[in-house]
Amino acid sequence: MTILAFTGLLAAGSLLAGFLGALTGLGGGVVIVPLLTLALGVDIHYAVGASLVSVIATSSGAAAAYVREGFTNLRVGMLLEIATTLGALAGAALAAVLAPSVIAVVFGLVLLHSAWVSRQRADPLPDGAAPDPLATRLRLDGSYPSPHGMQRYQVRHVPAGAALMAVAGVLSGLLGIGSGAVKVLAMDRAMRLPFKVSTTTSNFMIGVTAAAGAGVYLWRGYIDPGLAMPVMLGVLAGSLLGARVLAAAPSQHLRLVFTIVIALLGAEMILNGLTGRL
Amino acid sequence: MTSAGAGWSDERLARWIGNLLRVGVGTAAAVVLLGGVLYLARHGGEMPSYRVFHGEPSQLRSVGGILRSAPQLGGRGIIQLGLLLLIATPIARVAFAVLGFAMERDRTYVLVSLIVLATLLFSLAGGPR
Repeated sequence: MTILAFTGLLAAGSLLAGFLGALTGLGGGVVIVPLLTLALGVDIHYAVGASLVSVIATSSGAAAAYVREGFTNLRVGMLLEIATTLGALAGAALAAVLAPSVIAVVFGLVLLHSAWVSRQRADPLPDGAAPDPLATRLRLDGSYPSPHGMQRYQVRHVPAGAALMAVAGVLSGLLGIGSGAVKVLAMDRAMRLPFKVSTTTSNFMIGVTAAAGAGVYLWRGYIDPGLAMPVMLGVLAGSLLGARVLAAAPSQHLRLVFTIVIALLGAEMILNGLTGRL
Repeated sequence: MTSAGAGWSDERLARWIGNLLRVGVGTAAAVVLLGGVLYLARHGGEMPSYRVFHGEPSQLRSVGGILRSAPQLGGRGIIQLGLLLLIATPIARVAFAVLGFAMERDRTYVLVSLIVLATLLFSLAGGPR
C-alpha cells in the first residue's frame, strides 16, 4: 500500500468516526486509536498523538458554536481546567514510560466503561444536597436559557468534581481521547450541573486538556504529520457533517450500534494488549 | 454576573472566545490541508512505515524547530505548522480569558486562568522531562 492509498483509507475511516461520534454524542476520538493500531498496525504512540490532535480540532470547533448559545459555564470550565491540564501533563509523561501493551489494556477498559455509561438511563437526581459554599465563594453558580426564560442552577461538590476531572485529564494525556464518560461522571453526578450545561462545558474543556497533552507529545516526536493530517481533517469534517444532520436523524439505534462497536473494540484492545501484540 | 470595566461581561467574553476558536481551527485546518496536498504530491507513491516507533526528526518536534524549518521542509513541515496553530488555539483562548477576567476585575479568575496558561506553556516547552 502506498502513502496515497494509506492516507485515503485513513481519511475515510476518520471521517466515518467523526461523523458517528458527533451523531451519537460519544465522540469520534475513541475509535481512532483502535482503528490505527488494530486495523492499520500503527504504533500506539503515533496513534495517540494523531488522535489528540483530532480531539483538539473537533472540540474547539464545537465549542465555538456552544459558547455563543450561553450554555457553557466559563468559570466552572476555567476552574476545572487546572485539574484537567495538570492531569494531562501527568498522563502524557506516563505514556512515555508505560509499555504499549499496558496502554492498550487501559484503553480497552476505558472503552468498555464508556460503552457501559452510554447505556445507563440518566435518572433525575434528588435535589436535596446543600449548595457548596466553595461554589458560592468561587461564583460558579450560573444560569442558562430555557423555554421558560433564564434558569438558575447551583453547583455542588466542587472538590470531588475536580478530583474526577484530574482523572479525566490523565486518561486524556495517556490515551489521546476526550474522556467524555469520566467528565459526565464529574459534572452531572458529582457537581449536579444541568445536562446541557455539563455537556457543553465539558466539550469546552476538552480542547485545552488535549492541548496540554499534545505539547508533550510534540516534543517527544509522537505527532507525525503524515498520520495526523488525514486523521485531523477527516474527524473534523466528519463531526461537522454529523452535527449538521443531528437534528434530522433518529439517533437511538445508531447510538446502540456505535456503543456495541466501542465495546467490541475495547475487548479487542485488551486482548491484543494481554497477548502482547500491540 | 458583575460586569465592571467598559461593559465587559461573561456574555461578551463568550462571544469573543467563540470567534477566536472558529478562526483558529479554520486557519489550522487550511494550513494542514495545504501541507497535505504538497506532501501527497511529493511522497504519495512511497511506502508508509508506522509499525515501528522511531520518533520524529528534531525539526518537527519543537516550536522553534517547526517555525524555523517549515519553509524548507515542504509538505510535512507545513502540516506540522498547521498542527502547531491548532494546539495554539486553545492556549490563545485561555490567554484571552485572562484578559477578559481582568477587564471584569475578577482577580480570582485571572489567577485561575493564569495557572492554566502556565501549565499549557510548560507543556508546549517540553513538559516534564
